[in-house]
Amino acid sequence: MLKIKNLHAGIEGKKILNGINLEIKAGEVHAIMGPNGSGKSTLASVLAGRENFEVTGGSVELFDKDLLATSPEDRARAGMFLAFQYPVEIPGVSTTNFIKTAVNECRKYRGQEPLDAVAFLKMMKEKMKLVHIDQSLLSRSLNEGFSGGEKKRNEIFQMAMLEPKLAILDETDSGLDIDALRIVANGVNSYRNGENAFLVVTHYQRLLDYIVPDFVHVLYNGRIVKSGTKDLALELEEKGYDFIKNEVELTLNV
Amino acid sequence: MQKEAKEFFNTRFHEQPVNGSALAGFRQQGLDMFNKLGIPAVKHEEWKYTRVNALFNNDLTYNLDASGISKAELDSFRLPQTANATSLVLVNGVYSPELSDIKHSVKDLLVLPLETAAAGEYGAIVKKHLGHSAAYHPDGIHALNTAFTHGGIFILGKSNRVITEPVYIYHITDSRSGFAFAQPRILAYAEQQCELQLVEYYGTIGNEGSFTNEVIEIVAEAASVLDYYKIQHEGPHANHVGTTHVRQLGKCLTNAVTISLSGGLIRNNLNMIMESERGESHMYGLYLLNGKTHVDNHTIVDNVQPNCFSNELYKGIMDEKSTGVFNGKIFVRQDAQKTNAYQSNKNILLGDASSVNTKPQLEIFADDVKCSHGCTIGRLDEEALFYLRTRGISEKNAQSLMLHAFAVDILENIKPQALKVFVDHIISERLDFNF
Amino acid sequence: MYEENENILDQVTSSEYKYGFVSHFETDDAPKGLSEDTVRFISARKNEPAWMLEYRLKAYRHWLTMQEPTWPNVSYPAINYQDIIYYSAPKQKIKANSLDEIDPELRRTFEKLGISLQEQKRLSGVAVDAVIDSISVTTTFKDELGKQGIIFCSMSEAIQEHPELVRKHLGSVVPPTDNFFSALNAAVFSDGSFCYIPEGVRCPMELSTYFRINAANTGQFERTLIVAEPGSYVSYLEGCTAPMRDENQLHAAVVELIALERAEIKYSTVQNWYPGDKEGRGGIYNFVTKRGICAGDYAKISWTQVETGSSITWKYPSVILKGDYSNGEFYSVAVTNNFQQADTGTKMIHLGKNTRSRIVSKGISAGRSNNSYRGLVQVARHASKARNFSQCDSLLLGDKCGAHTFPYIEVKNNTAIVEHEATTSKIGEDQIFYCNQRGIDTETAVALIINGFAKEVMNQLPMEFAVEAQKLLAISLEGSVG
Repeated sequence: MLKIKNLHAGIEGKKILNGINLEIKAGEVHAIMGPNGSGKSTLASVLAGRENFEVTGGSVELFDKDLLATSPEDRARAGMFLAFQYPVEIPGVSTTNFIKTAVNECRKYRGQEPLDAVAFLKMMKEKMKLVHIDQSLLSRSLNEGFSGGEKKRNEIFQMAMLEPKLAILDETDSGLDIDALRIVANGVNSYRNGENAFLVVTHYQRLLDYIVPDFVHVLYNGRIVKSGTKDLALELEEKGYDFIKNEVELTLNV
Repeated sequence: MQKEAKEFFNTRFHEQPVNGSALAGFRQQGLDMFNKLGIPAVKHEEWKYTRVNALFNNDLTYNLDASGISKAELDSFRLPQTANATSLVLVNGVYSPELSDIKHSVKDLLVLPLETAAAGEYGAIVKKHLGHSAAYHPDGIHALNTAFTHGGIFILGKSNRVITEPVYIYHITDSRSGFAFAQPRILAYAEQQCELQLVEYYGTIGNEGSFTNEVIEIVAEAASVLDYYKIQHEGPHANHVGTTHVRQLGKCLTNAVTISLSGGLIRNNLNMIMESERGESHMYGLYLLNGKTHVDNHTIVDNVQPNCFSNELYKGIMDEKSTGVFNGKIFVRQDAQKTNAYQSNKNILLGDASSVNTKPQLEIFADDVKCSHGCTIGRLDEEALFYLRTRGISEKNAQSLMLHAFAVDILENIKPQALKVFVDHIISERLDFNF
Repeated sequence: MYEENENILDQVTSSEYKYGFVSHFETDDAPKGLSEDTVRFISARKNEPAWMLEYRLKAYRHWLTMQEPTWPNVSYPAINYQDIIYYSAPKQKIKANSLDEIDPELRRTFEKLGISLQEQKRLSGVAVDAVIDSISVTTTFKDELGKQGIIFCSMSEAIQEHPELVRKHLGSVVPPTDNFFSALNAAVFSDGSFCYIPEGVRCPMELSTYFRINAANTGQFERTLIVAEPGSYVSYLEGCTAPMRDENQLHAAVVELIALERAEIKYSTVQNWYPGDKEGRGGIYNFVTKRGICAGDYAKISWTQVETGSSITWKYPSVILKGDYSNGEFYSVAVTNNFQQADTGTKMIHLGKNTRSRIVSKGISAGRSNNSYRGLVQVARHASKARNFSQCDSLLLGDKCGAHTFPYIEVKNNTAIVEHEATTSKIGEDQIFYCNQRGIDTETAVALIINGFAKEVMNQLPMEFAVEAQKLLAISLEGSVG
């Protein structure tokens, strides 16, 4: 589904990603972990097409098509979804209206008819239950005045509405209390169906208790320095990131 | 040029019909002021960004006659869904009772020619309030309107009446036989506990260009609620200088919404004079411009008495070669302690050749006040645009979605539903917003 | 910090304008009044080359055609320009070569002002050019600076010794025709400081000019020119005082800064001219034109000013952002008390691409004073991606003073981002009560709160000035709360 080969990227001349290799297949859940500043969020941003990041080398393919040459909206329409670490507040844009626009633009791209009001509302009602989101929240301006938990739930709700093939969750656990975390994770889990894939970017292991990954990768200095199963996450939790850093330094010194 | 204009108006002054001499002295004062002050040039601080004097280079057709417009021609300007509301029509600045249609009961609302009101039972009120705005506009343009106070209207909202339907005032200028000049003058008075809504709308017939120089003075008594709307949506040859002067005489609530969608050179003066304790006022403005339209919004909030609250929000989107000007002054006099006054001006420049000049001013002479102003000039928030695009919304649609949201903020303050829908429709079309 | 505030309290309760003494030494004066002869007199006294005299005469002739500006938010009786002495020099050797040659009375004057002209006594390592009335008395640390190729001397000396540099840059940022007072200055300026930092040199110490008006009926017209060659850096301080006199005295200075590619100039002023007495009698009319140009890419100019003195201040230190990626800053605290009037602010003219500017202005009004911020942010049509942020806050102490804000923002480029914020407030009774409850009396509480209000600007000052400036704030507001 997603093939990242030797990806190099940076911002304002500063190199952040130094050769990322990663392949994600349908049905898989991958977790990217790493200390602060290792490049986790940069990877998510580059995949979604944030403009101020500059790709200096390597390639990314989504469904065997060059991803890096496409606009952010076409990536979304092709089935990629980014749940933002800091969802943006947009005053004056109603959440419902916004989601309806997004859903129908994606449908148009896939050659589907736009949903009429009734069908759209029915779909909304269904997905709302998934993340325990309230109708009143959706009639407000997009993310404006939402609490941290409400914003993250709204992200997962949008994911459910847009039905992506690949969802990237960028630090979705940050700023969530345990109850909110559970709700968000349940939303994600109920969306898993063996055909879609997830890339979960997180600093802590605790999210992975709820969204159990098939693979865990550790990012350090812009490269994946270690990959493994969910046990790797537990090991990290126990030993801290220093153990990885030491290991990397050792390899470099040899 | 200035000299020619002076001669022109002095000659015309003596030709104007003298029906009702009650305003003769008032007019003479206006002429004297006009002769003294002249037409403001860009050196005049308040006209720094708006070259109004260039308009006087045109060969002016100054027709002080309200005939010549048919009912059908008028109908082409009518706002939708206003058939049940009172409409007052001024042609070339002169009130036309024939074209007007007063639907309100006289128990609620009284409309009189200004001259008639000045000579009759409301003479004292007219005398007291007509011309109060002059002190705030020491320039020849304002004085010129006073000198030609002819065919104006007096509107009276009766005490204890809640007048639900707005009063629509249509200013129609006939430019078929030359560059038309019009100078409407209106005095509106809301008695105690009266609720009154006024809507001003402008239209020009013909392509020779027009220049409307208007003064409307509004007085609000205690416990009244006064809503004022000014909607400008004319062709590029229609020019406008207008002063809206609102006096709060008792603790009351006044709201003003100024929407400029198109036109040539437009200058809107809006004054809120807070002359009573605990008054409250809200001022909203939207200028959505393209082509070479130039819109200058000049606002004054004068806090004379203590404990007043005012809030002001003006937003502008400038496309193509258009220019937006905002000049907002908050004045807090020495006695106006505990004033709360807020002002905000936000601008988005879209066009490569668009520009904006903004000058938010505070002049504070009392110490126990909370006043602030802020202004921003910039583009749409890049992060928000990116967010929308990651949801599959195209860049163009994301932009119009956000521009519409930016504008809607102001539209929400238009209470008459039909008017709001009308304006929203124009904005949505302009911004290619169809969601 | 607390001790420092204790100190301020002492100052607040005890002191008036402490620099108001008059020194007595003989002076060499030009005859009262202004004419071509006056201009020739000044030029001749200074033994100037012909081009300099020509420059002055041209400025004078232009001045005759100009009108005094009326747009500032200040009022004062008409100035009689024929009733001013335009040149007054302490009668001593034209220029002291060593400290021993300086008139002892003069030296005592500077010592009273807290400025030692003796290099060995300076602890902080600040090079000083001392200007009294119209004339530079001495410049310290010249030799040491000279080793690095830095020129720091009086303007008169620069005209003699470095005519090519002066001729190239003088009037290039503030032309004589710029305004009424800059024309007057160009015609009659008597001295000032000149400073030249060669390419790639980081000036090792603060450079400073100390201005003092002493003689009666004189005007002071000094001229400062700073040129920073590519990649150089200089921090410059300016201080000023004057005796207490009942008549008003005119100070019309011009300061020009030129920063070339990647050069940085930091210019700090603590302006403490005599503000007049409590009834508004006397005081300096401070009508100053200060402007810098970021002529090269990545250049930076930063103005910091603490304005507490003068009966009237009219001054807008500005930056022309011509080079791409250049950066302009303006930090200001202006305090007015009694009958003082201040109309001050800045202009940021964005011409280059990716230019940035930042304005922080704090106005404090007390007594019957009026304090205005007047600023212009201009983004030209081709100045893409310009960025400005302005913050203008006013604090009112008492209900007989005024605070005014007149920001002008003119943007012609659709990639610009400009933000302006302004607030007006007073010191809250609850804030003072809170301090009182913790045992701090009201005057100290006010000083504390004001220092907090002005902190963002004070932090920009070099250490040597910061403490002095803090005290000044408190002294200026003495008796305004109570």
